[in-house]
Amino acid sequence: MSSIIEIDKLSHIYSPGTPFQVTSLDSISLDIKKGVFLAIIGSTGSGKSTLVRHFNGLLTPAAGNVRVCGIDTADKKQRRNLWRSVGLVFQQPEHQLFEETVFTDVAFGPRNMGLTEAEITERVHEALRLVGLDPLEAARMSPFCLSGGMRRRAAIAGVLALKPQVLILDEPTAGLDPQGKRQLMKHIEEFRRREGATIILVTHDMEEVALMAERVAVLNRGRLVMEGKPREIFSRAAELTAIGLDLPAPARLIRQLRLLGKPVRTDVLTTAEAEEEIARLLGETQC
Amino acid sequence: MLSGISLGQYIPGDSLLHRLDPRTKVIGVLAAAASILAFANWQGLVLTALLTLIALLVSKLPLGIILGSLKSLWLLLVITFLLQAFLTPGTLLAVLGPLKISREGVFAAGEIVLRLALLILIAFLPTLTTPPIKLTAGLESIISPLQRLGVPAHELALMMTLALRFVPTLLQEAEVVISAQRSRGAGFTTGSPAKWARSLLPLFVPLFAGALRRADDLAVAMESRCYRGGANRTRMNALKFSAPDYVVIGVTLAVLAGVVALRFI
Amino acid sequence: MTMTESNGTGYLRGCPESQDSQLTAHDRDEIFIAVEDLTYIYNHDKAGGHRALSGIDLAVKAGEFLVVAGPNGSGKSTLARHFNAMLKPSGGRVIVAGMDTMIPENAWEIRRRVGMVFQNPDNQIVSSLVEEDAAFGAENLGLPSEEVKKRVEETLRLIGLSQYAKHAPHLLSGGQKQKLAIAGVLVMRPSCLVLDEPTSMLDPAGRVELMETLIRLNRTMQVTVVLVTHFMEEAVLADRVVVLSDGRIAVSGSPARVFAEVELLAELGLKLPAALEIAHGLRKRGFSLPQEILTMDDILAYLKNN
Repeated sequence: MSSIIEIDKLSHIYSPGTPFQVTSLDSISLDIKKGVFLAIIGSTGSGKSTLVRHFNGLLTPAAGNVRVCGIDTADKKQRRNLWRSVGLVFQQPEHQLFEETVFTDVAFGPRNMGLTEAEITERVHEALRLVGLDPLEAARMSPFCLSGGMRRRAAIAGVLALKPQVLILDEPTAGLDPQGKRQLMKHIEEFRRREGATIILVTHDMEEVALMAERVAVLNRGRLVMEGKPREIFSRAAELTAIGLDLPAPARLIRQLRLLGKPVRTDVLTTAEAEEEIARLLGETQC
Repeated sequence: MLSGISLGQYIPGDSLLHRLDPRTKVIGVLAAAASILAFANWQGLVLTALLTLIALLVSKLPLGIILGSLKSLWLLLVITFLLQAFLTPGTLLAVLGPLKISREGVFAAGEIVLRLALLILIAFLPTLTTPPIKLTAGLESIISPLQRLGVPAHELALMMTLALRFVPTLLQEAEVVISAQRSRGAGFTTGSPAKWARSLLPLFVPLFAGALRRADDLAVAMESRCYRGGANRTRMNALKFSAPDYVVIGVTLAVLAGVVALRFI
Repeated sequence: MTMTESNGTGYLRGCPESQDSQLTAHDRDEIFIAVEDLTYIYNHDKAGGHRALSGIDLAVKAGEFLVVAGPNGSGKSTLARHFNAMLKPSGGRVIVAGMDTMIPENAWEIRRRVGMVFQNPDNQIVSSLVEEDAAFGAENLGLPSEEVKKRVEETLRLIGLSQYAKHAPHLLSGGQKQKLAIAGVLVMRPSCLVLDEPTSMLDPAGRVELMETLIRLNRTMQVTVVLVTHFMEEAVLADRVVVLSDGRIAVSGSPARVFAEVELLAELGLKLPAALEIAHGLRKRGFSLPQEILTMDDILAYLKNN
């Protein structure tokens, strides 16, 4: 499979030349394959948000190279058009809604792309349906009249309407209740299936990672410390704990059991797998 | 990212000037301003300049910071100098095309630039040497006698405190909103004035909505912490004059008296 | 009076006006907040008001750790705001430490006794200096400067923020900001803390930090804690859980009793903590696990012995 984002020894420095200078990304190299679901994890301040802002040209490398969809982000002219192919959903995106109706807000991106009215309408309707909002009903409402969860989904629709090849989401489920979280992740999965898009998810929720991601990149203090499949990453429990990261709860339980000397698999991720392992243990003792 | 040190920003330190009561510094600045703007003749100005120099030395502020406050306003100083030098009639010194420079003009220009420069240096001293929150408390205390005349001293001070608290938060928020709208293809700088104004809506609507939301939350949080206006409220860091404050106020007022005396006697 | 971590009771003893509410182990059955048939309708005066709470009966006992859980829009926050008289009942009544919240003169004493912490850590900090922010509540009570200073020092030490006293709050982490918000109400020496989804904007580390602080305050200082949350992992740690749905109490009782209602919780869209989900799955497979299993540690302990 071909790469859609190639990062080569990327470094980034905040407030260069002032007493507040901080190296926030330190020589990161990472290849992101087209169509993959990648989760980026790391404790607060590890550089996750800074890294993804390099993917649509909001930030440019202080050193190193970032190529996205074949475009070098250091190229000022081409960088300006990156937003068309790379959608970035910020934390609490509902706070960026500004139009009088949900429709016009979701249409903001497509309109900036220079599409015709008919195309715009079609994109808006499709995006709203994708996030489970009624394109006719909700679209007429003011975004400020919706419930918190609906506002969040309307804001995400505003990015989905761009039909980006790469969709980046920075903690999209933070602050939602469990049902809202589940729904939102379902919508994102649906978008991915339909568009074949690459998904990059920045999150603190390890259960989300275990359930959804195909690859995981782990950041610590601006460095990329691990990259691989969720099972590989979460089997390196000691290293993760050392940089302040948790395992998904079921994996934590199974690890404790191993430490007690019980014969269980090392690569358990979900509650169903953990249940299976424990059932096997109990079954053996009961027989 | 928003970076660097802004004009007049507090520079932590432990000098005598840093330790003075904020009210002392405000009184000092007012006295100096009165002297510079209203009373000082040549000799008075020299006396005031001397006092300012001492204050600057005592403050132990880095020279770069002090000059920085002048540098930011250098254009004002240059224009003032040129206007004075060219427009004052008197004994001719030099002629540059249609422009004539007089001896009197140069003297007058020098004097007014000195006054302005002194004023700028002195005006920034309190903000450079006092944490904003303490300066606010000082201003509140100074204007509180005006409360009897209907001036809402406590409310003004509270507004300043909250502004200080929320400016960094709102700047951060603005940065995020700009980035988010850029990611949807927003351009903030192109087209006719009407178009340009319209292009700023995606920035300003979320910022205002955000500020209102924060204000709402904050009001509830403050009321939950038993806030009910300035009456009966006490302060943890009650302001207190100590010996150095009396000395500094004494010296300042003595110099002001001296300046007035030089002028009128 | 000095206060140490090991001798936590000094915290309450140092507070002359809360002598009457001083809590000891044996008066735990004393009711601190009584909610009787509470109904609340937003925009009651206008037509088409929204009924947020209906017929809530609830007693918060002095010294207990109560979790109010429920999905978004179930009325959790509305209920919480009745506990410190920020909202007044449309029907029924709320009595806090013997004071009716409907009587306006009671409001300030109720707010002193019931400290509120909110969801967004940024929007409840008033000052650009940590210690000044912590002082705000005590200053509002009109206490002398010396007393305010003493309380701020004690409280920041108790909460573990002493080294940040002279810092700007926007430099603190999310978890630290919420701890500062707790300090900001503790200086009023309340007997009860009500926290409205305090962890929902925090990262996992901040969440753990905050929960540890709450449990410590509850266990060692006998501060009554009412925690509003939609994280069921947090509910496991409570003495008692009340689950709201559509403005009504759907189920309440000990965590073991509430979490036994697996179907009901699923219907409400509340996610069981992983440990309970695993335990539930195992029971379905025919293993007879004890009903008291709530946490991963419980499962571990059970497996150790079997």
